[in-house]
Amino acid sequence: MRTAFIEQLIEEAKVNTSIFLLVGDLGYSVVEPFASLFPDRFLNVGIAEQNMTGVAAGLAAEGYNVFTYSIGNFPTLRCMEQIRYDVCYHNLSVKIVAVGGGYAYGPLGVSHHTTEDIGMLRTIPNLTVCAPGDPIETKLATKHFCNSNQPGYLRLGKAGEPVIHSLANAFEFGKILPVIDGTATAVLTTGSMLSYATDYIKKNAVNWSLYSVPVIKPMDTVSLAEIAKKYKQLITIEEHQQSGGFGSAVLEALNDIRNQQIIPVIPPLKIIAIPDIFIGYAGTQEFLRKEAGLIF
Amino acid sequence: MIDPVSLSSSSRKKIVTLAHKNKASHIGGALSITDVLAVLYSCILKYDVNKPLSEDRDRLFYSKGHACLGLYAVLQEVGFYSAEALGTFTANGSYFTSHVNHKVPGIELSTGSLGHALSIACGVALAGKRKNATWHVYTILSDGELDEGSNWEALLFAPHHKLNNLTVIVDYNKIQSFGSVEKVLNLEPLKDKFIAFGWNTIEVDGHDHEALSDVLSNNKETATKPTVIIAHTIKGKGVPFMENELAWHYKSPSDEQLKSALEYLEIINP
Repeated sequence: MRTAFIEQLIEEAKVNTSIFLLVGDLGYSVVEPFASLFPDRFLNVGIAEQNMTGVAAGLAAEGYNVFTYSIGNFPTLRCMEQIRYDVCYHNLSVKIVAVGGGYAYGPLGVSHHTTEDIGMLRTIPNLTVCAPGDPIETKLATKHFCNSNQPGYLRLGKAGEPVIHSLANAFEFGKILPVIDGTATAVLTTGSMLSYATDYIKKNAVNWSLYSVPVIKPMDTVSLAEIAKKYKQLITIEEHQQSGGFGSAVLEALNDIRNQQIIPVIPPLKIIAIPDIFIGYAGTQEFLRKEAGLIF
Repeated sequence: MIDPVSLSSSSRKKIVTLAHKNKASHIGGALSITDVLAVLYSCILKYDVNKPLSEDRDRLFYSKGHACLGLYAVLQEVGFYSAEALGTFTANGSYFTSHVNHKVPGIELSTGSLGHALSIACGVALAGKRKNATWHVYTILSDGELDEGSNWEALLFAPHHKLNNLTVIVDYNKIQSFGSVEKVLNLEPLKDKFIAFGWNTIEVDGHDHEALSDVLSNNKETATKPTVIIAHTIKGKGVPFMENELAWHYKSPSDEQLKSALEYLEIINP
Protein backbone atom coordinates (compact mmCIF):
# COMPACT_ATOMS: atom_id res chain seq x y z
CA MET A 1 0.00 0.00 0.00
CA ARG A 2 2.79 2.42 0.82
CA THR A 3 4.23 1.84 -2.65
CA ALA A 4 0.85 2.50 -4.25
CA PHE A 5 0.56 5.66 -2.15
CA ILE A 6 3.93 7.11 -3.12
CA GLU A 7 3.50 6.19 -6.79
CA GLN A 8 0.14 7.93 -6.95
CA LEU A 9 1.45 10.91 -4.97
CA ILE A 10 4.28 11.33 -7.48
CA GLU A 11 1.85 11.14 -10.40
CA GLU A 12 -0.32 13.83 -8.84
CA ALA A 13 2.63 16.02 -7.84
CA LYS A 14 3.80 16.12 -11.46
CA VAL A 15 0.72 18.10 -12.40
CA ASN A 16 -0.24 19.61 -9.04
CA THR A 17 2.47 21.94 -7.76
CA SER A 18 0.72 22.49 -4.43
CA ILE A 19 1.51 18.99 -3.15
CA PHE A 20 4.11 19.00 -0.36
CA LEU A 21 5.39 15.94 1.51
CA LEU A 22 6.72 16.08 5.08
CA VAL A 23 8.19 13.01 6.74
CA GLY A 24 9.11 12.46 10.37
CA ASP A 25 12.48 10.84 9.61
CA LEU A 26 10.69 7.70 8.41
CA GLY A 27 9.95 6.37 4.96
CA TYR A 28 13.41 5.05 4.10
CA SER A 29 13.33 3.34 0.67
CA VAL A 30 9.78 4.65 0.11
CA VAL A 31 9.84 8.44 -0.19
CA GLU A 32 13.18 8.98 -1.94
CA PRO A 33 11.73 9.11 -5.48
CA PHE A 34 9.39 11.92 -4.42
CA ALA A 35 12.23 13.73 -2.67
CA SER A 36 14.48 13.59 -5.72
CA LEU A 37 11.76 14.62 -8.19
CA PHE A 38 10.36 17.46 -6.06
CA PRO A 39 13.10 18.66 -3.69
CA ASP A 40 11.41 22.02 -3.16
CA ARG A 41 8.20 20.29 -2.03
CA PHE A 42 9.73 17.71 0.29
CA LEU A 43 11.14 17.98 3.79
CA ASN A 44 12.29 15.56 6.44
CA VAL A 45 11.43 17.49 9.59
CA GLY A 46 13.20 15.08 11.93
CA ILE A 47 11.74 12.95 14.69
CA ALA A 48 9.32 15.64 15.82
CA GLU A 49 5.78 14.78 14.78
CA GLN A 50 3.98 17.53 16.69
CA ASN A 51 6.16 20.11 14.99
CA MET A 52 5.68 18.30 11.66
CA THR A 53 1.91 18.66 12.01
CA GLY A 54 2.20 22.34 12.95
CA VAL A 55 4.59 23.02 10.07
CA ALA A 56 2.12 21.23 7.78
CA ALA A 57 -0.67 23.51 9.02
CA GLY A 58 1.51 26.55 8.32
CA LEU A 59 2.39 25.38 4.81
CA ALA A 60 -1.28 24.60 4.16
CA ALA A 61 -2.27 28.08 5.35
CA GLU A 62 -0.05 29.40 2.54
CA GLY A 63 -1.73 27.28 -0.11
CA TYR A 64 0.11 23.96 -0.10
CA ASN A 65 -1.66 20.60 0.03
CA VAL A 66 0.52 18.92 2.64
CA PHE A 67 0.97 15.21 3.37
CA THR A 68 2.58 14.20 6.67
CA TYR A 69 4.03 10.70 6.67
CA SER A 70 5.22 8.48 9.47
CA ILE A 71 4.50 5.18 11.22
CA GLY A 72 1.21 4.40 12.91
CA ASN A 73 0.77 6.26 16.18
CA PHE A 74 3.44 8.88 15.60
CA PRO A 75 1.78 11.26 13.11
CA THR A 76 -1.63 10.53 14.68
CA LEU A 77 -2.06 9.88 18.42
CA ARG A 78 1.06 11.79 19.38
CA CYS A 79 -0.26 14.85 17.51
CA MET A 80 -3.94 14.64 18.38
CA GLU A 81 -4.18 18.23 19.54
CA GLN A 82 -2.27 19.64 16.58
CA ILE A 83 -4.58 17.63 14.30
CA ARG A 84 -7.71 18.73 16.13
CA TYR A 85 -6.97 22.37 16.71
CA ASP A 86 -4.36 23.51 14.20
CA VAL A 87 -5.41 21.43 11.19
CA CYS A 88 -9.09 20.61 11.61
CA TYR A 89 -10.45 23.70 13.40
CA HIS A 90 -8.72 25.87 10.79
CA ASN A 91 -9.92 23.39 8.13
CA LEU A 92 -6.50 23.28 6.46
CA SER A 93 -5.41 21.02 3.64
CA VAL A 94 -3.26 18.59 5.63
CA LYS A 95 -3.39 14.86 4.94
CA ILE A 96 -2.03 12.64 7.69
CA VAL A 97 -0.60 9.40 6.36
CA ALA A 98 0.18 6.56 8.77
CA VAL A 99 1.81 3.35 7.61
CA GLY A 100 1.51 0.14 9.60
CA GLY A 101 -2.21 0.21 10.41
CA GLY A 102 -3.34 -2.46 12.88
CA TYR A 103 -0.75 -5.16 13.58
CA ALA A 104 1.20 -4.62 10.34
CA TYR A 105 4.36 -4.10 12.40
CA GLY A 106 3.42 -6.93 14.73
CA PRO A 107 6.84 -8.03 16.03
CA LEU A 108 7.83 -4.44 16.83
CA GLY A 109 5.61 -4.38 19.88
CA VAL A 110 2.74 -2.35 21.28
CA SER A 111 4.39 0.99 20.44
CA HIS A 112 3.95 0.11 16.77
CA HIS A 113 0.49 -1.51 16.97
CA THR A 114 -1.80 1.08 15.44
CA THR A 115 -5.07 0.02 16.96
CA GLU A 116 -6.81 3.13 18.36
CA ASP A 117 -6.31 5.65 15.54
CA ILE A 118 -9.67 5.33 13.79
CA GLY A 119 -11.65 5.74 16.99
CA MET A 120 -9.69 8.78 18.06
CA LEU A 121 -9.53 10.53 14.71
CA ARG A 122 -13.09 10.00 13.58
CA THR A 123 -14.34 12.11 16.48
CA ILE A 124 -12.72 15.22 14.98
CA PRO A 125 -14.90 17.53 12.85
CA ASN A 126 -13.80 18.30 9.25
CA LEU A 127 -11.54 15.21 9.08
CA THR A 128 -12.14 12.50 6.48
CA VAL A 129 -10.98 9.11 7.79
CA CYS A 130 -9.89 6.53 5.24
CA ALA A 131 -8.40 3.05 5.58
CA PRO A 132 -7.92 1.54 2.11
CA GLY A 133 -8.16 -2.23 1.73
CA ASP A 134 -5.77 -2.82 -1.14
CA PRO A 135 -3.35 -0.94 -3.45
CA ILE A 136 -6.18 0.05 -5.82
CA GLU A 137 -8.17 1.64 -3.01
CA THR A 138 -4.96 3.31 -1.83
CA LYS A 139 -4.39 4.92 -5.22
CA LEU A 140 -8.00 6.08 -5.35
CA ALA A 141 -7.80 7.60 -1.87
CA THR A 142 -4.45 9.27 -2.59
CA LYS A 143 -5.82 10.75 -5.79
CA HIS A 144 -8.82 12.07 -3.91
CA PHE A 145 -6.74 13.61 -1.14
CA CYS A 146 -4.43 15.24 -3.70
CA ASN A 147 -7.42 17.01 -5.17
CA SER A 148 -9.17 17.93 -1.93
CA ASN A 149 -8.46 20.97 0.23
CA GLN A 150 -9.96 19.48 3.40
CA PRO A 151 -8.16 17.66 6.22
CA GLY A 152 -7.80 13.91 5.75
CA TYR A 153 -6.40 10.80 7.39
CA LEU A 154 -5.03 7.92 5.34
CA ARG A 155 -4.38 4.70 7.24
CA LEU A 156 -2.16 2.41 5.22
CA GLY A 157 -0.92 -1.13 5.78
CA LYS A 158 2.67 -1.81 4.83
CA ALA A 159 3.95 -3.17 1.54
CA GLY A 160 2.90 -6.22 -0.45
CA GLU A 161 -0.84 -6.38 0.22
CA PRO A 162 -2.60 -8.23 -2.61
CA VAL A 163 -4.66 -6.39 -5.17
CA ILE A 164 -8.32 -7.28 -4.59
CA HIS A 165 -10.13 -4.89 -6.91
CA SER A 166 -9.79 -4.87 -10.66
CA LEU A 167 -7.90 -1.91 -12.08
CA ALA A 168 -10.54 -1.51 -14.74
CA ASN A 169 -13.26 -1.40 -12.10
CA ALA A 170 -13.53 2.35 -11.61
CA PHE A 171 -15.25 3.42 -8.42
CA GLU A 172 -16.03 6.57 -6.58
CA PHE A 173 -14.18 7.75 -3.46
CA GLY A 174 -16.36 7.64 -0.38
CA LYS A 175 -18.56 4.77 -1.53
CA ILE A 176 -18.91 1.33 0.01
CA LEU A 177 -17.41 -1.03 -2.57
CA PRO A 178 -18.96 -4.40 -3.43
CA VAL A 179 -16.34 -7.17 -3.69
CA ILE A 180 -18.14 -10.54 -3.54
CA ASP A 181 -21.83 -11.12 -4.21
CA GLY A 182 -23.61 -13.58 -1.92
CA THR A 183 -26.87 -13.93 0.01
CA ALA A 184 -28.20 -13.72 3.57
CA THR A 185 -25.04 -12.38 5.24
CA ALA A 186 -22.97 -9.32 4.31
CA VAL A 187 -19.45 -8.76 5.59
CA LEU A 188 -18.16 -5.19 5.81
CA THR A 189 -14.40 -4.72 6.12
CA THR A 190 -12.09 -1.75 6.38
CA GLY A 191 -8.36 -1.54 5.82
CA SER A 192 -6.29 -4.57 4.99
CA MET A 193 -8.72 -7.02 6.61
CA LEU A 194 -10.15 -7.00 3.10
CA SER A 195 -7.70 -9.64 1.87
CA TYR A 196 -8.38 -11.92 4.87
CA ALA A 197 -12.14 -11.68 4.32
CA THR A 198 -11.78 -12.29 0.58
CA ASP A 199 -9.64 -15.38 1.14
CA TYR A 200 -11.92 -16.72 3.86
CA ILE A 201 -15.09 -16.45 1.79
CA LYS A 202 -13.46 -18.01 -1.26
CA LYS A 203 -11.73 -20.86 0.60
CA ASN A 204 -14.69 -21.80 2.76
CA ALA A 205 -17.24 -21.40 0.01
CA VAL A 206 -19.60 -19.55 2.32
CA ASN A 207 -22.35 -17.75 0.55
CA TRP A 208 -21.57 -14.30 1.99
CA SER A 209 -21.44 -10.95 0.32
CA LEU A 210 -18.35 -8.86 0.93
CA TYR A 211 -18.10 -5.08 0.93
CA SER A 212 -15.00 -2.96 1.45
CA VAL A 213 -15.49 0.31 3.33
CA PRO A 214 -12.33 2.38 2.85
CA VAL A 215 -13.96 5.65 3.95
CA ILE A 216 -15.11 5.34 7.55
CA LYS A 217 -15.94 9.00 7.88
CA PRO A 218 -18.10 10.29 6.33
CA MET A 219 -19.91 6.97 6.10
CA ASP A 220 -21.69 6.11 2.84
CA THR A 221 -25.10 5.81 4.46
CA VAL A 222 -26.91 5.48 1.13
CA SER A 223 -25.12 2.23 0.32
CA LEU A 224 -25.30 1.12 3.95
CA ALA A 225 -29.07 1.51 3.93
CA GLU A 226 -29.32 -0.67 0.81
CA ILE A 227 -27.13 -3.31 2.44
CA ALA A 228 -29.15 -3.22 5.65
CA LYS A 229 -32.36 -3.78 3.70
CA LYS A 230 -30.93 -6.61 1.64
CA TYR A 231 -29.31 -8.90 4.23
CA LYS A 232 -30.52 -10.75 7.34
CA GLN A 233 -27.14 -10.61 9.09
CA LEU A 234 -24.21 -8.16 9.01
CA ILE A 235 -20.63 -8.73 10.14
CA THR A 236 -17.97 -6.04 10.45
CA ILE A 237 -14.29 -6.90 10.77
CA GLU A 238 -11.44 -4.49 11.45
CA GLU A 239 -7.89 -4.44 12.78
CA HIS A 240 -8.68 -1.91 15.52
CA GLN A 241 -10.08 -1.71 19.03
CA GLN A 242 -13.82 -2.33 19.18
CA SER A 243 -14.45 0.84 21.17
CA GLY A 244 -14.98 3.69 18.77
CA GLY A 245 -13.79 1.72 15.76
CA PHE A 246 -15.19 0.83 12.37
CA GLY A 247 -17.92 -1.49 13.69
CA SER A 248 -19.02 1.25 16.07
CA ALA A 249 -19.15 3.70 13.17
CA VAL A 250 -21.33 1.28 11.18
CA LEU A 251 -23.62 0.73 14.16
CA GLU A 252 -23.97 4.47 14.75
CA ALA A 253 -24.82 5.01 11.08
CA LEU A 254 -27.34 2.15 11.11
CA ASN A 255 -28.96 3.61 14.21
CA ASP A 256 -29.19 7.04 12.56
CA ILE A 257 -30.77 5.73 9.37
CA ARG A 258 -33.16 3.59 11.41
CA ASN A 259 -34.20 6.67 13.42
CA GLN A 260 -34.67 8.57 10.18
CA GLN A 261 -36.92 5.67 9.06
CA ILE A 262 -34.75 5.05 6.01
CA ILE A 263 -34.53 1.40 7.09
CA PRO A 264 -37.31 -0.36 9.02
CA VAL A 265 -35.01 -2.33 11.30
CA ILE A 266 -31.31 -2.78 12.08
CA PRO A 267 -30.27 -6.31 11.11
CA PRO A 268 -28.25 -8.34 13.65
CA LEU A 269 -24.68 -7.01 13.56
CA LYS A 270 -21.62 -8.94 14.70
CA ILE A 271 -18.62 -6.69 15.31
CA ILE A 272 -15.25 -8.40 15.06
CA ALA A 273 -12.62 -6.10 16.56
CA ILE A 274 -9.89 -6.08 19.20
CA PRO A 275 -11.58 -6.72 22.58
CA ASP A 276 -10.02 -3.85 24.58
CA ILE A 277 -6.60 -5.46 25.03
CA PHE A 278 -2.92 -4.80 24.33
CA ILE A 279 -0.88 -7.71 23.05
CA GLY A 280 2.51 -7.42 24.69
CA TYR A 281 4.24 -10.30 22.97
CA ALA A 282 5.73 -10.53 19.52
CA GLY A 283 4.06 -12.06 16.52
CA THR A 284 3.39 -11.74 12.85
CA GLN A 285 0.39 -9.74 11.72
CA GLU A 286 -1.48 -12.97 11.00
CA PHE A 287 -0.61 -14.43 14.43
CA LEU A 288 -1.62 -11.30 16.33
CA ARG A 289 -4.89 -11.02 14.44
CA LYS A 290 -5.79 -14.53 15.63
CA GLU A 291 -4.67 -13.73 19.18
CA ALA A 292 -6.99 -10.72 19.17
CA GLY A 293 -9.85 -12.80 17.81
CA LEU A 294 -9.96 -11.07 14.44
CA ILE A 295 -11.23 -14.19 12.65
CA PHE A 296 -14.63 -15.35 11.43
CA MET B 1 1.18 56.94 11.29
CA ILE B 2 -0.22 55.56 14.54
CA ASP B 3 1.51 56.68 17.73
CA PRO B 4 2.58 53.63 19.76
CA VAL B 5 2.24 55.52 23.04
CA SER B 6 -1.36 56.45 22.47
CA LEU B 7 -2.09 52.99 21.03
CA SER B 8 -0.72 51.21 24.09
CA SER B 9 -2.51 53.60 26.39
CA SER B 10 -5.92 53.28 24.77
CA SER B 11 -5.46 49.51 24.47
CA ARG B 12 -4.64 49.12 28.17
CA LYS B 13 -7.77 51.04 29.12
CA LYS B 14 -9.77 48.81 26.84
CA ILE B 15 -8.21 45.68 28.34
CA VAL B 16 -9.08 46.54 31.94
CA THR B 17 -12.53 47.76 30.96
CA LEU B 18 -13.40 44.61 29.02
CA ALA B 19 -11.94 42.36 31.72
CA HIS B 20 -14.13 44.13 34.24
CA LYS B 21 -17.25 44.05 32.12
CA ASN B 22 -16.92 40.38 31.20
CA LYS B 23 -15.23 39.14 34.37
CA ALA B 24 -12.35 37.88 32.23
CA SER B 25 -9.06 36.38 33.40
CA HIS B 26 -5.48 36.78 32.12
CA ILE B 27 -5.41 40.54 32.41
CA GLY B 28 -1.79 40.47 33.67
CA GLY B 29 -0.46 38.76 30.56
CA ALA B 30 -2.47 41.06 28.31
CA LEU B 31 -0.97 44.14 29.97
CA SER B 32 2.59 42.75 29.82
CA ILE B 33 2.48 42.35 26.01
CA THR B 34 0.58 45.55 25.19
CA ASP B 35 3.64 47.65 24.43
CA VAL B 36 5.09 45.02 22.10
CA LEU B 37 1.77 44.82 20.24
CA ALA B 38 1.45 48.61 20.13
CA VAL B 39 4.90 49.00 18.57
CA LEU B 40 4.27 46.17 16.10
CA TYR B 41 0.92 47.54 14.93
CA SER B 42 1.99 51.18 14.89
CA CYS B 43 5.29 51.06 13.04
CA ILE B 44 6.52 47.55 12.19
CA LEU B 45 3.88 45.30 10.62
CA LYS B 46 2.61 45.59 7.06
CA TYR B 47 -1.18 45.13 7.15
CA ASP B 48 -4.40 46.45 5.69
CA VAL B 49 -7.39 46.54 8.04
CA ASN B 50 -9.69 46.43 5.03
CA LYS B 51 -7.95 43.33 3.65
CA PRO B 52 -6.94 41.27 6.68
CA LEU B 53 -5.76 38.39 4.47
CA SER B 54 -3.95 40.42 1.82
CA GLU B 55 -1.17 38.35 0.32
CA ASP B 56 1.64 40.79 1.11
CA ARG B 57 0.75 41.28 4.79
CA ASP B 58 3.16 40.36 7.53
CA ARG B 59 1.90 37.35 9.47
CA LEU B 60 1.64 37.50 13.26
CA PHE B 61 0.93 34.37 15.29
CA TYR B 62 -0.14 34.98 18.85
CA SER B 63 0.69 31.84 20.79
CA LYS B 64 -0.33 33.14 24.20
CA GLY B 65 -4.00 33.01 23.20
CA HIS B 66 -5.21 33.32 26.79
CA ALA B 67 -3.96 36.92 26.83
CA CYS B 68 -6.54 37.60 24.11
CA LEU B 69 -7.58 41.00 25.39
CA GLY B 70 -4.18 42.44 24.50
CA LEU B 71 -4.46 41.51 20.84
CA TYR B 72 -8.22 42.09 20.57
CA ALA B 73 -7.83 45.60 22.00
CA VAL B 74 -4.93 46.59 19.75
CA LEU B 75 -6.61 45.21 16.62
CA GLN B 76 -9.75 47.16 17.45
CA GLU B 77 -7.81 50.35 18.09
CA VAL B 78 -6.08 50.14 14.70
CA GLY B 79 -9.39 49.51 12.94
CA PHE B 80 -9.80 45.82 12.14
CA TYR B 81 -13.29 45.95 13.71
CA SER B 82 -15.50 48.26 15.70
CA ALA B 83 -15.64 48.81 19.44
CA GLU B 84 -19.21 47.53 19.25
CA ALA B 85 -18.01 44.26 17.73
CA LEU B 86 -15.39 43.84 20.42
CA GLY B 87 -18.08 44.69 22.96
CA THR B 88 -19.58 41.25 22.28
CA PHE B 89 -16.46 39.68 23.85
CA THR B 90 -17.43 36.27 25.34
CA ALA B 91 -21.15 36.89 24.74
CA ASN B 92 -23.23 33.95 23.52
CA GLY B 93 -22.55 33.52 19.81
CA SER B 94 -19.58 35.94 19.69
CA TYR B 95 -16.40 34.98 17.85
CA PHE B 96 -14.48 37.00 20.46
CA THR B 97 -13.78 33.95 22.61
CA SER B 98 -11.48 34.32 25.59
CA HIS B 99 -8.68 32.63 23.72
CA VAL B 100 -7.91 34.28 20.38
CA ASN B 101 -10.01 33.06 17.46
CA HIS B 102 -9.11 33.17 13.76
CA LYS B 103 -12.73 33.96 12.97
CA VAL B 104 -11.99 37.51 14.16
CA PRO B 105 -10.55 39.76 11.39
CA GLY B 106 -6.80 40.28 11.79
CA ILE B 107 -6.23 37.10 13.83
CA GLU B 108 -4.19 34.62 11.80
CA LEU B 109 -4.55 31.63 14.09
CA SER B 110 -6.72 30.39 16.92
CA THR B 111 -4.61 29.54 19.94
CA GLY B 112 -5.23 28.78 23.57
CA SER B 113 -3.50 25.46 23.85
CA LEU B 114 0.09 26.48 24.47
CA GLY B 115 3.04 25.46 22.34
CA HIS B 116 1.24 25.40 18.99
CA ALA B 117 1.82 28.67 17.14
CA LEU B 118 5.57 28.49 16.67
CA SER B 119 5.39 25.31 14.60
CA ILE B 120 2.72 26.84 12.39
CA ALA B 121 4.77 30.02 12.06
CA CYS B 122 7.70 27.83 10.98
CA GLY B 123 5.52 26.27 8.27
CA VAL B 124 4.40 29.69 7.09
CA ALA B 125 7.97 31.00 7.12
CA LEU B 126 9.09 27.92 5.18
CA ALA B 127 6.36 28.58 2.61
CA GLY B 128 7.55 32.19 2.42
CA LYS B 129 11.08 31.00 1.71
CA ARG B 130 9.99 28.54 -0.95
CA LYS B 131 7.92 31.24 -2.63
CA ASN B 132 10.50 34.02 -2.21
CA ALA B 133 7.87 36.07 -0.41
CA THR B 134 8.67 39.54 0.88
CA TRP B 135 6.50 39.38 3.98
CA HIS B 136 7.82 38.56 7.45
CA VAL B 137 6.52 36.17 10.10
CA TYR B 138 6.20 37.11 13.78
CA THR B 139 5.28 34.90 16.70
CA ILE B 140 4.58 35.97 20.25
CA LEU B 141 5.19 33.35 22.94
CA SER B 142 4.64 33.52 26.65
CA ASP B 143 7.45 32.52 28.97
CA GLY B 144 5.44 29.81 30.73
CA GLU B 145 4.59 28.08 27.47
CA LEU B 146 8.27 27.45 26.88
CA ASP B 147 7.65 24.50 29.22
CA GLU B 148 5.91 22.83 26.25
CA GLY B 149 8.17 20.39 24.40
CA SER B 150 6.61 21.18 21.03
CA ASN B 151 8.16 24.66 21.18
CA TRP B 152 11.61 23.15 21.43
CA GLU B 153 10.96 20.96 18.39
CA ALA B 154 10.19 24.17 16.50
CA LEU B 155 13.12 26.02 18.06
CA LEU B 156 15.40 23.34 16.60
CA PHE B 157 13.63 23.46 13.23
CA ALA B 158 13.73 27.18 12.41
CA PRO B 159 17.53 27.72 12.59
CA HIS B 160 18.21 24.42 10.83
CA HIS B 161 16.16 25.63 7.88
CA LYS B 162 17.61 29.15 8.06
CA LEU B 163 14.22 30.80 8.53
CA ASN B 164 15.54 34.35 8.74
CA ASN B 165 12.06 35.58 7.81
CA LEU B 166 10.85 34.56 11.27
CA THR B 167 10.98 36.67 14.44
CA VAL B 168 9.88 35.26 17.79
CA ILE B 169 9.09 37.57 20.69
CA VAL B 170 9.01 36.05 24.17
CA ASP B 171 6.86 37.96 26.65
CA TYR B 172 9.16 37.27 29.59
CA ASN B 173 7.05 38.56 32.48
CA LYS B 174 8.51 35.89 34.79
CA ILE B 175 5.16 34.69 36.18
CA GLN B 176 3.14 31.68 35.05
CA SER B 177 -0.02 30.00 36.30
CA PHE B 178 1.15 28.76 39.69
CA GLY B 179 3.92 31.20 40.52
CA SER B 180 7.22 32.50 39.27
CA VAL B 181 8.74 30.90 36.20
CA GLU B 182 11.90 30.43 38.21
CA LYS B 183 10.12 28.33 40.82
CA VAL B 184 7.72 26.37 38.57
CA LEU B 185 10.20 25.32 35.88
CA ASN B 186 13.24 27.48 35.51
CA LEU B 187 14.01 28.71 32.00
CA GLU B 188 17.33 30.31 32.79
CA PRO B 189 19.77 30.77 31.23
CA LEU B 190 17.16 31.48 28.55
CA LYS B 191 19.30 33.65 26.30
CA ASP B 192 22.04 31.03 26.29
CA LYS B 193 19.53 28.34 25.34
CA PHE B 194 18.36 30.29 22.28
CA ILE B 195 21.94 31.07 21.27
CA ALA B 196 22.87 27.41 21.63
CA PHE B 197 19.90 26.47 19.43
CA GLY B 198 21.21 28.79 16.70
CA TRP B 199 18.98 31.83 17.03
CA ASN B 200 19.92 35.47 16.57
CA THR B 201 19.08 36.40 20.16
CA ILE B 202 18.26 39.89 21.40
CA GLU B 203 17.15 41.10 24.83
CA VAL B 204 15.08 44.23 25.22
CA ASP B 205 12.96 46.11 27.72
CA GLY B 206 9.51 45.06 26.55
CA HIS B 207 7.96 48.34 27.66
CA ASP B 208 10.47 50.70 26.01
CA HIS B 209 8.83 51.67 22.73
CA GLU B 210 11.95 53.16 21.23
CA ALA B 211 14.07 50.12 22.06
CA LEU B 212 11.35 47.76 20.80
CA SER B 213 11.00 49.70 17.58
CA ASP B 214 14.74 49.61 17.13
CA VAL B 215 15.18 45.84 17.58
CA LEU B 216 12.05 44.98 15.61
CA SER B 217 13.17 47.18 12.72
CA ASN B 218 16.68 45.88 12.57
CA ASN B 219 16.36 42.16 13.23
CA LYS B 220 15.62 41.29 9.60
CA GLU B 221 19.19 41.86 8.56
CA THR B 222 20.53 38.49 9.67
CA ALA B 223 21.65 36.46 6.72
CA THR B 224 20.71 33.00 7.82
CA LYS B 225 19.27 32.93 11.32
CA PRO B 226 15.78 33.39 12.72
CA THR B 227 15.57 35.99 15.45
CA VAL B 228 14.25 35.69 18.98
CA ILE B 229 13.63 38.81 21.01
CA ILE B 230 13.42 38.22 24.74
CA ALA B 231 11.17 41.06 25.86
CA HIS B 232 11.62 41.62 29.59
CA THR B 233 8.21 42.66 30.77
CA ILE B 234 6.13 43.18 33.89
CA LYS B 235 2.95 41.20 34.33
CA GLY B 236 0.10 43.66 34.84
CA LYS B 237 2.20 46.56 33.51
CA GLY B 238 0.59 49.99 33.86
CA VAL B 239 -1.64 49.32 36.85
CA PRO B 240 0.52 49.37 39.98
CA PHE B 241 -1.66 47.08 42.09
CA MET B 242 -1.67 44.49 39.29
CA GLU B 243 2.04 44.57 38.54
CA ASN B 244 3.94 41.37 39.34
CA GLU B 245 0.92 39.93 41.11
CA LEU B 246 0.06 36.33 40.24
CA ALA B 247 -3.57 36.90 41.23
CA TRP B 248 -4.14 38.98 38.06
CA HIS B 249 -3.60 35.86 35.98
CA TYR B 250 -7.06 34.93 37.24
CA LYS B 251 -8.93 37.87 38.71
CA SER B 252 -11.07 40.45 36.98
CA PRO B 253 -11.30 43.95 38.42
CA SER B 254 -14.15 44.99 40.70
CA ASP B 255 -15.92 48.31 40.08
CA GLU B 256 -13.55 50.07 42.47
CA GLN B 257 -10.49 48.39 41.01
CA LEU B 258 -11.52 49.34 37.48
CA LYS B 259 -11.94 52.97 38.53
CA SER B 260 -8.56 52.94 40.20
CA ALA B 261 -6.89 51.17 37.25
CA LEU B 262 -8.26 53.70 34.77
CA GLU B 263 -7.03 56.53 36.97
CA TYR B 264 -3.53 55.08 37.04
CA LEU B 265 -3.55 54.56 33.27
CA GLU B 266 -4.75 58.13 32.79
CA ILE B 267 -1.87 59.47 34.90
CA ILE B 268 0.80 57.36 33.22
CA ASN B 269 -0.48 57.64 29.65
CA PRO B 270 -3.00 60.47 29.43
